[in-house]
Amino acid sequence: MSRNSFLESTLQGCARALSKALQSEHAATRPGLLQQLDPRVRVLGILTLVVSVILCRRPEAIAAIFLIAVALAIASRVSLTALAKRVWLVVLGFSGVIAVPALFLTPGAPLFTAPALHLSISVQGVRTAVLLVLRVETAATLTTVLVLSTAWTHILKALRSLHLPAEIVTMLAMTHRYVFLLIETANQMFESRQSRTVGILSGAERRRMTTRTAGVLLSKSIELSQEVYLAMLSRGFRGDVRLLTDFRLQPRDYLGLSAFFLTACVVVWMGR
Amino acid sequence: MHIPDGYLSPSTCATFYLVAASGWYAALKRIKQLLATRAIPLISVFAAFCFVVMMFNVPLPGGTTGHAVGVGVSAIVLGPWGSILAISIALAIQSLFFGDGGITTLGANCFNMAIVGSFTAYAMYRMVAANSDLKSRRRVLAAAVAGYVAINTSALVTAVELGIQPVLFHDASGTPLYAPYPLHVAIPAMMIGHLTFAGLAEAVIAAGMVSYLQRADVGLLRGVAGLAQSSTPIIARATPEPSPGRLWWMVACLMLFTPLGILAAGTAWGEWSSTAFMNPHTRDQIATASGNHAPPSSVPAGIQRLSSLWTAPFPGYAPRFIRNPMFGYLLSAIFGVGFLVLASLVARAVSRKWSAGNLRS
Repeated sequence: MSRNSFLESTLQGCARALSKALQSEHAATRPGLLQQLDPRVRVLGILTLVVSVILCRRPEAIAAIFLIAVALAIASRVSLTALAKRVWLVVLGFSGVIAVPALFLTPGAPLFTAPALHLSISVQGVRTAVLLVLRVETAATLTTVLVLSTAWTHILKALRSLHLPAEIVTMLAMTHRYVFLLIETANQMFESRQSRTVGILSGAERRRMTTRTAGVLLSKSIELSQEVYLAMLSRGFRGDVRLLTDFRLQPRDYLGLSAFFLTACVVVWMGR
Repeated sequence: MHIPDGYLSPSTCATFYLVAASGWYAALKRIKQLLATRAIPLISVFAAFCFVVMMFNVPLPGGTTGHAVGVGVSAIVLGPWGSILAISIALAIQSLFFGDGGITTLGANCFNMAIVGSFTAYAMYRMVAANSDLKSRRRVLAAAVAGYVAINTSALVTAVELGIQPVLFHDASGTPLYAPYPLHVAIPAMMIGHLTFAGLAEAVIAAGMVSYLQRADVGLLRGVAGLAQSSTPIIARATPEPSPGRLWWMVACLMLFTPLGILAAGTAWGEWSSTAFMNPHTRDQIATASGNHAPPSSVPAGIQRLSSLWTAPFPGYAPRFIRNPMFGYLLSAIFGVGFLVLASLVARAVSRKWSAGNLRS
């Protein structure tokens, strides 16, 4: 790996974020089970299931919600390969590494002992590791299925109709919009710098380059916010935020919401 | 430091949502007072900037790289209240859209990074920079210290939240139901990475950007500079002095809530007296609070030796002449607040006398 690989890593990070966003927007337009439901029902239903994952104390119950999440993904035409790459492997790598020492460190009845290594795996250790990994996998799968089946604008409108303050919803929407513009700007700045870099930069030079880029990005962001503000003023903005919520609940939405709540209640009762 | 779903119990998540919501409400109110209609575009674009900065691979001494949160530079440019909103919005987008950090743990993540981080960074920057010139090297150092201390304080708070989970939430067999590691594992595990790589990355970004802004756009540093001659700040005086009347009301309300502690079941971990080790009932409580580890059969020698060193006038927040524990708590709160107010009045009188003496000389 070259000494300037921090540039490539940052560029790759930017490209990954853009590609993820594109993938989400594309997936949300496919016809599927979740896509047919009102966005408010989707958001409320998935959030209920995520909370039920946290409330469950038995691995069997959490595994049941995981299977429901996978079934929802298949019925909503969410690619399982995308889920595996984006969630399952990443979570297994992160939470798996965190959970493994718990096998040995959690005190309890020994399940397996290796006397030569002075190591012992406890029943409680296995249980807590399984609970942790299953919980994180299931909650992350549910959240990703929601994001991959719902356009960001619809998620925001749903949050507004669930009484999140209009100012916060507007800020989330504007931030989301300008994140991509700033990622693109940062990408171009790093690319242009990379194309002009010959040889190997020293550590101090690389740090200076990164902080200067961040500084220029900050100045550009402040200028951008002023331009946006003037544009808002020119359209008559006086500080009051009004958002349109043109959703209408259909009978199938009531059915879907009932199904979500019923599933969550049953699973929490089973996993208490 | 982004805690995913599943690491914190439902009650911890709910508590931190409540705390974070109070912070968001106060910050939104303060920012709207200061910026009126400019608040929304400024905070939104700044949140987008923080999001992008979190993606930067910052080269660190030793050839490795790290990621910064941007809380240092955000608190320096926007002030603590604006920074709370900008970092929280960036964390919400990360969690909802990119799956980085959980939805149920969003309150805790915002509390750790946005609220604790912003106030720590702001306080450290103001303390180290003092009244130095906007273009002085001292401000660059102050920014580095602010970023480093803020990210490490946030990491410590995160580690404590994770470390109390196995003590508070486990099943009958002693299996931890959420984050499995106790404080003595969680704190070192979290702090090693932050005291080295993440802390350095935050310090490098904060110091480097302040150094850049000193040359390129010094106006952005005026907002929280604390200098009398500051003009055209991005957020003029981000922390106006609170009125004393409101502060007194808040203190009175907090005092009224002090008896809430009586409702808590069990024992406060680590706050045991020497007699608690000999009482079978409190021994059971100690074992339950310690993940079913039985306490030592006799009083530890150190606790035994030091327990008689100081006898509190109101032991257990209950003076001996008071029968009602709730009234005991209230009386202790009144006594404690009164003592602190008296001490601060004495300190203020001494400092005024000292400054007057300095001026005359």
